[in-house]
Amino acid sequence: MALLEVQGVNVVYEPTRGQRIWSVRDVNLVLEQGEFVGLVGESGCGKSTLGFALTRMLRPPARLENGVIRFDGVDISTLKGEQLRRQRRNGFAIVLQSGMNALNPVRNVEHHFGDILKAHAHRGEHYGGATVRRRGAELLGKVGLDAGVLGRFPHELSGGMRQRVSIALALALEPRMIIFDEPTTALDVIVQKAVIQTIKDLQRENGFSAILISHDLGVVLEATDRVLVMYAGRIVEDQPSKDLVSGPHHPYTEALLKCYADPRADEIHLGGIPGTPPDLSLPQTGCSFTPRCPLAQDICRTLDPPMSPLGHGSAACHVRAPSVAVAEEGVKPVN
Amino acid sequence: MAPLVISGVSKVYTVRGRGRGKFTAVDDVSFTIAPGAAVSLVGASGSGKSTIAKMITGSERPTSGSIRFGEVAVEGLHAGGLRKYHSRVQMVFQDPYAALNPLHTVEYTVMRPCQNFLRMPPARARERVYELLETVGLTPPAQFAGKLPHQLSGGQRQRVVIARALACDPELIVADEPVSMLDVSLRADVLRLLAELRAKRGLSLLYITHDLLGARVISDEILVLNKGKVVEQGPTKQVLQHPKHQYTVQLLDAVATPFAVAGTSPTR
Amino acid sequence: MSVLSPVPPPQVPGSEVEVRVVPTGPMPGPLRFLVRALLTLWSNRKARIGLLILSLDILVAVFAPLIAPHSPTATTFAPYQNPSATNWFGTTGNGQDVFSQMVYGARISLLVGITAGAAATLVAVTIGLIAGYRPGVIDEVLSFATNLALVIPGLPLMFILAAYLQSRSVWTIVLVVAFTSWATGARVIRSQASTLRTREFVTSAVFSGEGLFRVVFHEILPNMTSLVAASFFGAATAAVMAEASLEFLGLGDPNTVSWGTILYYAQQQNSLLTGQWVLVFAPGLAIALLAVSFTLINFGVDALSNPRLREK
Repeated sequence: MALLEVQGVNVVYEPTRGQRIWSVRDVNLVLEQGEFVGLVGESGCGKSTLGFALTRMLRPPARLENGVIRFDGVDISTLKGEQLRRQRRNGFAIVLQSGMNALNPVRNVEHHFGDILKAHAHRGEHYGGATVRRRGAELLGKVGLDAGVLGRFPHELSGGMRQRVSIALALALEPRMIIFDEPTTALDVIVQKAVIQTIKDLQRENGFSAILISHDLGVVLEATDRVLVMYAGRIVEDQPSKDLVSGPHHPYTEALLKCYADPRADEIHLGGIPGTPPDLSLPQTGCSFTPRCPLAQDICRTLDPPMSPLGHGSAACHVRAPSVAVAEEGVKPVN
Repeated sequence: MAPLVISGVSKVYTVRGRGRGKFTAVDDVSFTIAPGAAVSLVGASGSGKSTIAKMITGSERPTSGSIRFGEVAVEGLHAGGLRKYHSRVQMVFQDPYAALNPLHTVEYTVMRPCQNFLRMPPARARERVYELLETVGLTPPAQFAGKLPHQLSGGQRQRVVIARALACDPELIVADEPVSMLDVSLRADVLRLLAELRAKRGLSLLYITHDLLGARVISDEILVLNKGKVVEQGPTKQVLQHPKHQYTVQLLDAVATPFAVAGTSPTR
Repeated sequence: MSVLSPVPPPQVPGSEVEVRVVPTGPMPGPLRFLVRALLTLWSNRKARIGLLILSLDILVAVFAPLIAPHSPTATTFAPYQNPSATNWFGTTGNGQDVFSQMVYGARISLLVGITAGAAATLVAVTIGLIAGYRPGVIDEVLSFATNLALVIPGLPLMFILAAYLQSRSVWTIVLVVAFTSWATGARVIRSQASTLRTREFVTSAVFSGEGLFRVVFHEILPNMTSLVAASFFGAATAAVMAEASLEFLGLGDPNTVSWGTILYYAQQQNSLLTGQWVLVFAPGLAIALLAVSFTLINFGVDALSNPRLREK
């Protein structure tokens, strides 16, 4: 049984004034034990919303609608209150974008550890000062920080150190799944690399499953085994990282890859994707990428392509990954 | 058209409280931007590149050294002189949303420099706004003129910021991380726009970034900054392909590109 | 960037579809701005109640001659009467109709509340903007003055000033109240102006060649309208209470008819002891309701500027 099974998840955003926005549409994904998966997409594609939905962190006016989120066999999409809280220990955790957001500026690091450990202590477990310090030092060591950091306050730490503390805090409850939401976006380019390496090492050593959410395809390809590409609230491609670079399936992924290049190359042709992502407050018919897609066919405008297996992964594209069901209806996509 | 010459510029801040003393943001930096040239200033945050940008545009004064734009001594400028200087040296900001007043329409924002610097009457200024919007690719201009910033996408906002910077027909544009807050798919277009403007109008460009790819695409010369000092300098392609300083190597290494992962050097 | 806030749907260039996100900025023209602001306030439940109470008070004040059955100062009735058919609220010790006094009294309370509130806010905005925009010596001096004004207790200072000033008129009260209540607003406005000063659009405006006056009044101030409005309503609330207090203590003009003076005379004539509780209850309730209406409207103003407070 996979650790995380997600079926048909939708997230709708309902502000009191203005239109409803469907920010996540009909997402399915499977995460095995110990797998490290990347979720990549540009602004507004719904990747962070999906991450929050999976860890049940959505707040009104965002709402999880439909869908099943099975974590270790238990459907957590409908859990509430104490039952949900229990899932956080030995369950799942989330590391947020900026370390500063997650840390209380008037409390030192040791207090943060104490907070988490005491809040989720089982009956009979006692977390006194010494125990907290020991455990805290142990966790800080895992992320490459010195035990002396325990006594410091968030503003006394650099951005990279704050992010590492956030990661250490996430590890405190020994989760089996951690979602990293843009963990390095706010960081310096060189520190980014170091933090990503730390995350990679931790994942390998501790064996938790992880989802790395980022808008930076380079970061995701470097750190993860498998990549999910999101566009307009849907997952459009799912491939092992190595294969994605050499052979992207979905036209969006292909176009996205062309936006990156090695600055050391002799000749560089930097690509862009003309147009803008669709307005998700309007109902979408057909494939959302159609207006910007060089391969668009008539069927793309009317029918939303399902994720169909292709190569080592799958893609949602009528042209590249024609689905059996569609083919059976006699519609022949041009290749 | 004047060259921008920076000689031995340093900026030292005195940090109050906790007796931390002095903080050197910029340490003895010298370089020249010839008319029509494009120079990149590359470095991580805290390297001093934004401080240099502020000193060049007159928002801060160097603690020592000189900045000369042609005959003008920039470090000595005050109110009136500074205003005149802004008609020749403009800035494109990093965060397109923060750089636009949320209550002003596109037309108002781009019109003001025309009225202030070029002394155009409103009707003529409005015409010029439309010309500028066309130049930066916001067509049809009539559709965008009346919009408020939150009604535009990130890429469109940045184009408005560029249009505003162009309004007074400057000679030098200082672009401080102009694409770092934009989606990757939008960057090429904006960079292409800047390159075109440079080619067509003979603008000089100072491109400040931590993104080596952008620097490579847009500039002829590159300066690598670390902790306020220039550690490497030279033609962009050469420096990136044959870095000499250890910090440059570190920077190149840290740029996680999909191609680096695959181990192939693309020949596109 | 908050994950839980929506990414506004981007505009597809060249399409006719208008973005549906409600603009939070003012429409062109101050009148349309006011109308829109009122409509937004109306949508907030607390503010709506406040607006209703305030409208009622304004109507009563404006149409006082039509509403009041008698002249408020005419001493034609029998004194110390309980409520009756002719005198709905009874009469004072001088034989004046209390109901008519209440109706006309609304004028003074509203006048002082709004005028003093506006004056205090004007001072607060001027000082706050200057201090916030110009760091350095000017800021230090103005901040010191503000802190000084904050430290001195307002009400006692007001009493001393009122007692000291020879003329006893409504305008004295307006001046005294304005003089003692500008400091809170000034501090808040200064800190907001100081934050806005460092925003990039202000730097951008300077690069566009805008002078000091335009930057302060066309770039910074418009982005602070909610704050200024909140400051005004806060000052108006304080003004209403202060005016009532001054009148009650006899420091006002004994010849004007206001809710505060009704209380003053009620106290002088021991109305509670004589069983004329209406003379205490009516003006007290009216003052409280007016003050509360300003506060309720302020809730709405808060919600205007901070979308997270908007009711779902």
